[in-house]
Amino acid sequence: MKKYTYTEKKDTRSGFGAGLLEAGKKNPEVVALCADLVGSLKMDAFIAAFPERFFQIGIAEANMIGIAAGLTIGGKVPFTGTFANFSTGRVYDQIRQSVAYSDKNVKICASHAGLTLGEDGATHQILEDIGLMKMLPGMTVINPCDYNQTKAATIAIAEHHGPVYLRFGRPVIPVFTDPDQKFEIGKAWMVNEGTDVTIIATGHMVWKAIEAGEKLAEMGIDAEIINIHTIKPLDEEAIQKSVKKTGCVVTCEEHNKFGGLGESVARLLSTELPTPQEFVAVNDSFGESGTPDQLMTKYGLDSINIIEAAQKVIKRAKS
Amino acid sequence: MKHKSINELEDIATQVRRDIVRMVHACQSGHPGGSLGCADFFTALYFEVMNHGTDFTMDGKGEDLFFLSNGHISPVFYSVLARSGYFDISELATFRKLNSRLQGHPTTHEGLPGIRIASGSLGQGMSVAIGAAQAKKLNKDHSTVYVLLGDGELQEGQNWEAIMYAPHNKVDNLIASIDYNGQQIDGPTEKVLSLENLQAKFEAFGWHVISSDGNDMDSIVKALHYAKSLTGKGKPILNLMSTQMGAGVDFMMGSHKWHGVAPNDEQLATALAQLPSTLKDY
Repeated sequence: MKKYTYTEKKDTRSGFGAGLLEAGKKNPEVVALCADLVGSLKMDAFIAAFPERFFQIGIAEANMIGIAAGLTIGGKVPFTGTFANFSTGRVYDQIRQSVAYSDKNVKICASHAGLTLGEDGATHQILEDIGLMKMLPGMTVINPCDYNQTKAATIAIAEHHGPVYLRFGRPVIPVFTDPDQKFEIGKAWMVNEGTDVTIIATGHMVWKAIEAGEKLAEMGIDAEIINIHTIKPLDEEAIQKSVKKTGCVVTCEEHNKFGGLGESVARLLSTELPTPQEFVAVNDSFGESGTPDQLMTKYGLDSINIIEAAQKVIKRAKS
Repeated sequence: MKHKSINELEDIATQVRRDIVRMVHACQSGHPGGSLGCADFFTALYFEVMNHGTDFTMDGKGEDLFFLSNGHISPVFYSVLARSGYFDISELATFRKLNSRLQGHPTTHEGLPGIRIASGSLGQGMSVAIGAAQAKKLNKDHSTVYVLLGDGELQEGQNWEAIMYAPHNKVDNLIASIDYNGQQIDGPTEKVLSLENLQAKFEAFGWHVISSDGNDMDSIVKALHYAKSLTGKGKPILNLMSTQMGAGVDFMMGSHKWHGVAPNDEQLATALAQLPSTLKDY
């Protein structure tokens, strides 16, 4: 197992804030919009640098999506910022008609996704957003795994033409990817090469997959770990190549088991390469109040759950 | 652009009305009532008031832009776009048919020149127009953005988010018009969900409100020119435009019944008899 270490923990939303500032410096057409959550989205640095390119919308997310669509018509590259729940479910039809169907170059940037939003509870903890967004034709869906990758992804989507959903989170987590990485949309990152089982993880679950991989190695199981940061378009080649070698797969996501990364992988494999698969995901429920760690444990999203899923799927593949 | 007389504009509007009823009849679907009611407004806008070319570019830099929020009145939009040179009038015959660029509701998806946003799901056009207007300001582009909304459409909450936003942010290069015909699918707006005093509501939100008769060419041209003169003065402008659903075809007027119903052969003949061809039919 390749060794991963970290010296600090940071939140992925801060990676977004740093990336937005960089994107703004690189391209004068980049503009930002926020629905009364500037501090939470870490947009302060961009606003300080480019006050005339920032639009405070107020608590009016539908209007924010429409204004962003309109700004693209004048050649702007708008980044909208609010929590994942209000970025997707609340404005689904606005995104569908004014952004996706109209093919507008809007970057929908969503913080506080999933259970790790924590104490605010289920009203704010969306676990359905990946499904909602990936179903929209032409929408790119990205869920990076740490501060550095989120920063790189934010810079990369500014250079990509077309609607993008960028999902990130609230808590501080280990920073373990390269600070100077080049982010390639739709290209999987091989975290660890192995032969016994393929573990595919996105977002906050990638670090947990690394922890699981280390424990599995101690148990004599050689896990291949792949970071799928881009859920759509899916890197089908990387997944098939790995699964051909290992013959079984575990998918890991901080999302409902319905509609997420796991289902995208299952769709691919069922048509191209039928393979036993286990899903580490929320079991079709809403979340609740608690600390991020408590919630990840209660809802089965810890490294132990990945280890158990790997053992189970290896057994299934052999039988 | 050479200015047109009121008579010339009225003649164009009559031809647009012919196009509308023929398009809706040909596919036996679509929305003739609201389209007919707005024929004069669209004609005034595209043939007299707006500064626009017909070499369509999505960003429309240096040009006035128009957005249709109540997308179901697509027949009038398509007719006026074709008649003002965005595409050939023969394409109007494809309205609502398979493989057409003239979808039931306007869309950019098929690449039809003149369309910059999809609309149909109501309540979204004002926000889009505000974004386009703010982009013009950032681009130091001094042209104007126009948007048309239905009156029933104002029941959608997103409009009021946008109506609150525009004055706060001094979006004063925006002229919104309301197709104020008092009708919606289920009946008169007064019965379905009353709009109450729209002028007072918009003024309370900080808009400069003017009113016009949307079926009197002289009134609508004057109102739009006046609205244009009010741009750049710190406030968005609202043109509260009284219209008659079905205007120009006697049996379609004054009722919500022709909101989304196509005429049969006999009704088409009756309607066309009231609308003499002034330009060539498509």
